[in-house]
Amino acid sequence: MNAHTSADTERVEKLQGLGSSRRRVEDARFTQGKGNYVDDIKLPGMLFGDFVRSPYGHARIKSIDKKAALAVPGVVAVLTAEDLKPLNLHYMPTLAGDVQAVLADEKVLFQNQEVAFVVAENRYVAADAVDLVEVEYDELPALVDAFRAMDGNAPLLRDDIKDKKEGAHGPRRHHNHIFHWEEGDEASVNRALADAEVTVEELISYQRVHPCPLETCGCVASMDKVNGKLTLWGTFQAPHAVRTVASLITNIPEHNIRIVSPDIGGGFGNKVGVYPGYICAAVASIVTGVPIKWVEDRIENLTATAFARDYHMTGRLAAKRDGTITGLHCHVLADHGAFDACADPTKFPAGFFNICTGSYDIPVAYVGVDGVYTNKAPGGVAYRCSFRVTEAAYLIERMIDVLARKLDMDPAELRLKNLIRKEQFPYTSALGWEYDSGDYHTAMNKALEAVDYKTLRNEQARNRAAFDRGETRSLMGIGIAHFTEIVGAGPIKNCDILGLGMFDSCEIRIHPTGSATARLGTISQGQGHATTFAQILATEIGIPADDITLEEGDTDTAPYGLGTYGSRSTPVAGAATAMAGRKIRAKAQMIAAYLLEVHEGDLEWDVDRFQVKGNPEAHKTMKEIAFSAYNQAIPGLEPGLEAVSYYDPPNMTYPFGAYVCVVDIDVDTGVTDIRSFYALDDCGTRINPMIIEGQVHGGLTEALAIAMGQEISYDEIGNVQGGNLMDFFLPTAVETPFWQTDHTTTPSPHHPIGAKGVGESPNVGGVPAFSNAVNDAFAHKGLTHTQMPHDHWRVWKTAQRLGLTG
Amino acid sequence: MISAAFDYHRPGTLGEAIGLLTEHDGTAVVIAGGHSLIPMMKLRMATPEHLVDIQDIAELSGIAVSSDMIEIGATVTQSDLIASDELFSVCPILRETSLQTADPQIRNLGTIGGNVANGDPGNDMPAIMQLLDADYILQGTGGTRTVKARTFYEAAFFTAREEGEILTSIRIPTPPFGHGHSYQKQKRKVGDYATAAAGVILTRSAGTCTSASVALTNVADTPLWAEAAAKALLGSDLGAEAIGEAVDAARAITEPASDGRGPADYRTHVAGIMVQRAIQTAISRVA
Repeated sequence: MNAHTSADTERVEKLQGLGSSRRRVEDARFTQGKGNYVDDIKLPGMLFGDFVRSPYGHARIKSIDKKAALAVPGVVAVLTAEDLKPLNLHYMPTLAGDVQAVLADEKVLFQNQEVAFVVAENRYVAADAVDLVEVEYDELPALVDAFRAMDGNAPLLRDDIKDKKEGAHGPRRHHNHIFHWEEGDEASVNRALADAEVTVEELISYQRVHPCPLETCGCVASMDKVNGKLTLWGTFQAPHAVRTVASLITNIPEHNIRIVSPDIGGGFGNKVGVYPGYICAAVASIVTGVPIKWVEDRIENLTATAFARDYHMTGRLAAKRDGTITGLHCHVLADHGAFDACADPTKFPAGFFNICTGSYDIPVAYVGVDGVYTNKAPGGVAYRCSFRVTEAAYLIERMIDVLARKLDMDPAELRLKNLIRKEQFPYTSALGWEYDSGDYHTAMNKALEAVDYKTLRNEQARNRAAFDRGETRSLMGIGIAHFTEIVGAGPIKNCDILGLGMFDSCEIRIHPTGSATARLGTISQGQGHATTFAQILATEIGIPADDITLEEGDTDTAPYGLGTYGSRSTPVAGAATAMAGRKIRAKAQMIAAYLLEVHEGDLEWDVDRFQVKGNPEAHKTMKEIAFSAYNQAIPGLEPGLEAVSYYDPPNMTYPFGAYVCVVDIDVDTGVTDIRSFYALDDCGTRINPMIIEGQVHGGLTEALAIAMGQEISYDEIGNVQGGNLMDFFLPTAVETPFWQTDHTTTPSPHHPIGAKGVGESPNVGGVPAFSNAVNDAFAHKGLTHTQMPHDHWRVWKTAQRLGLTG
Repeated sequence: MISAAFDYHRPGTLGEAIGLLTEHDGTAVVIAGGHSLIPMMKLRMATPEHLVDIQDIAELSGIAVSSDMIEIGATVTQSDLIASDELFSVCPILRETSLQTADPQIRNLGTIGGNVANGDPGNDMPAIMQLLDADYILQGTGGTRTVKARTFYEAAFFTAREEGEILTSIRIPTPPFGHGHSYQKQKRKVGDYATAAAGVILTRSAGTCTSASVALTNVADTPLWAEAAAKALLGSDLGAEAIGEAVDAARAITEPASDGRGPADYRTHVAGIMVQRAIQTAISRVA
């Protein structure tokens, strides 16, 4: 290739391809309020649906009286389970192999469960009628403590499956047991623990939280009775999967269902699952023949659609006195709520929790997970992380600190001692994952240098001495995390959802004048796909990103794909995009060879053109090639310039990073002040550094929210607490600290452009960094672990328990 | 999150407003900024049939400051309170408190009258009015009467205001020149009600505390005027011992709920810390 001239540089810059901090093309409409969300859709004759919900956590329904509601002018229908039974739609399959009541069938199992669906001319009439549906209940004892779920006298929650001994993932041991799942060699781990010079054990709970996207869930269902086609606009993170599932549930042929995800205001996993509102809206539209809109309000979103986490993890580490870790044992009690509606690949009932050996070279490991039913909302989605990876990272990163405390060793030093070494990649973990690439020591050392770690520890030592002398009531904590994500589900050989292989796709059409339209099987919810995927293509096919329109989310036009969650868009659809681009380029090369009257092998690609080797003046740009593709008869070649790629990744990708958080704690009030936060992310090849930085900022802010305040809890009779934005902690700019971002670049060896996915890393690594910092502030006073969230009162209680509040 | 149906009235005079309340006795409520009432209506915890919006009533607006009296109209917004330099020059704690209330968007609409009349123990201004020994002017068909802020609050959302009465203005005795003040509020995030908050004003002469007042927010089902806490300061040297006594006296009268902000014992503890810090800050500001 030629030496780069300024003209070359100009051509590269004009493309705004890989590595360019191209401005987000989506923002022109979002910042002007011109987005088109589900609730913006208005169709002629459209009716509105609204739910009657259970006030109880556990109760038997004695009767439902619709009369007063139906008498309200403008009310069209009130649906209950009895109305859905003849259609066999009173239960729907969940993604986890369970069933979930669409409308409560004889019993309610969590507060705010859907009991009846009111259809009315507008949402105001619907809300009035909801108040008038009279439901009589017999309250039953509620089960809210997961640790009591499998007690002998625990109440039976699921009457509908009480005789089912075999669950979706093996035998059930108790009427409230969902599954037991395990990986690893428990006998070897037990030996390692027995032989260990040092062991630690800790119960580490990760509280129930909620993704809380700004836009709540909703849909518009429209059945066209003339052509028999059902169209469903909705907040779907996986529109194609929704279409297939909808077809299987309703028996409407798949070609007669169109699913459209319009603009989506954040998903974070909350919009992966199928919710009763979608089914009820579709049924109501099929029955009435007019469009039906259903949109949740904020309280409904927080209390009824999918939660995240709620994992109680008992970790044990075996180690030598020098800090070498020799084994990890972990048991998880997983609270899945009233129905098992986790959104995991089907063969992974605990997601990829077995990534819990983290960034460390641990020779033997075992993990066992038991899922149980409780009187809480169903869900268990991956809230801005790959499936259960945040839980896994939290476990191991906390356990490392617990071990460091026991060994009286610096937690950074203990990490450096056990991190997987660069030369060990590709690395097969004790729990079976093949880590594709990594350079952990470089990242960790860069982070420690950037924050001047030694100086921080010295300052902390002075702070502790001053505290003990009574000169300050503030304690300083330093939290470190080195996390490994596992994203890009995934290889079809081990990842499917309800039998749907987790590939993804891209279809490209180059238009005669040299612009392009690309369609993908994913759907952006704020990630900026229209910006970044156009950049991948710009580099692959030499057409400026600005001349490439990207479309997603309409199953009538986009190629089939499994959607956007678990940071899979770039690893899977991004790879499909690059591969489709390469197919375009291959054909373009044949066309260029014909036009330049040379052999294909005599051509070389240069930014936006094919040129004759050694004679760059003889060239054809992609724009010229495109025109010829459509307008010139080329012997042996079909006209046109299009390509489609369905990409089944050979492996996951493994982004990683090193984070350091410094917190100052006011011991008298429990108020925490995040003094600084440094985040180094390695997501392989960086497509758009500005978008990466934005993703990291957003993910860290959510991590801050989770670690320092978010919680959906239940009182002893099953009343949900924290189901509104007064109590559920969404940080504002005031509570959010400055984020110092940094990176290293270790490309994925198997991804076509080496990219790994980044959107969820900051949540995975952020939560343990915050939590470790809070725990570290009290470590010298004997604290090994205190549970999240680290809100003011819990931090103060921790200080009180340690005798520091005087 | 959709309110029940209601009729909306927007009278131009106080007489008309009182007439509407009388006409729809028991089914009408006054609305000004609406930032307490509307969320309650959306949750259907309040289902008034008539809203009487008093924002257009000119006589309810405006701030008047004299050497012995501050009068603030009911429809003066929190933003107006913050913006008034005249008010700040004589009673700076009003600006300091408003800046810790809710967020700028809410403060642009939320009114002082609504804040104090609603009886929400989470609101900040009721404690400040008790602190400053304010009078509330109430007007109804029976005429005008005055109720002291220190006796106005009976229980959460229950006050001495009769149905049919409108709180028209607040009168505050102008605090002594050179007083020190502070409102210390701990909250979980911007916009939240206080976990616990305390307001203090005091004066000092020749090293001795010559006047003091202490009040607490959101640590009982009403605001609390902490009379005993103030007594502990009065006549003292404002040293650690007196402050400690004031803190203990303030804590003794708290009866906070256990909620998402923390268990009762924690909130009582924090109330004491807020009192301590408010006293220390106020001392540092004494002229």
